[in-house]
Amino acid sequence: MAKYLLIETRDPFEASDVGFCHDLARRLAAEGNQVILYLVQNGVLPARPGARAPALAELVQAGVEVLADDFSLRERGISAGRLQAGIKSSPLDVVIDEMAEGCKVIWH
Amino acid sequence: MAEKKTLTFALMDPPYESARTTTALRLIDIAVRRGYAVNVFAYEGAVLLPFARQQPHPNAVHGRNVEEEHHLLTKDVVAALAAEATQNGGKLDWVNCGLCVDERGAGEAIEGVRRGSPADLWKMAETSDATLVIGTR
Repeated sequence: MAKYLLIETRDPFEASDVGFCHDLARRLAAEGNQVILYLVQNGVLPARPGARAPALAELVQAGVEVLADDFSLRERGISAGRLQAGIKSSPLDVVIDEMAEGCKVIWH
Repeated sequence: MAEKKTLTFALMDPPYESARTTTALRLIDIAVRRGYAVNVFAYEGAVLLPFARQQPHPNAVHGRNVEEEHHLLTKDVVAALAAEATQNGGKLDWVNCGLCVDERGAGEAIEGVRRGSPADLWKMAETSDATLVIGTR
């Protein structure tokens, strides 16, 4: 079992290829890998509870750990305490933590 | 003492155009604060991040002079990251792609920046715990 960190920087309402990243995360998790989806920059926008973005909830259900960059959330006035169920605010340090452990990291 | 880690980042974006640059520099900042060995391979527009001839400017629209505007220069950020790395017992090895530099006339980089080729990225990745490529698309 490998560990993957997928970094999503794009807003799915603006970039249609975000679905590719979600699909990759879902498939990797289904294969038994440990997968983190880290949302940063405009990638945090669908983490809002009112956003029509069911894909993130589906990923959480599929066993993908979904984290959102706390700085990107603050920049956009999104409260870290009001995210979709299962999505946690996290400092960017988690990317360096995982890289240091040799995790496979993909930027999108 | 914690094991020294080596991380490599490949950057592609020019300064002042994308949030990707901010995130990339934040990541490098975290790594150098930990004393890690950090390699950066800058190609395409990213070779201008440490361009030595960047100049601060006033902002006439907001009525601010140079000092008041306190314009952030990415060359200063790169220098600060290198200093932070040294202070914490690590290092920042910044390599600018030579072809990309020549295309842009960006040869005047700040002290410490090396000129290299994509082969350097390969060597860096080979000796790193992890490599993160941050492309423009």
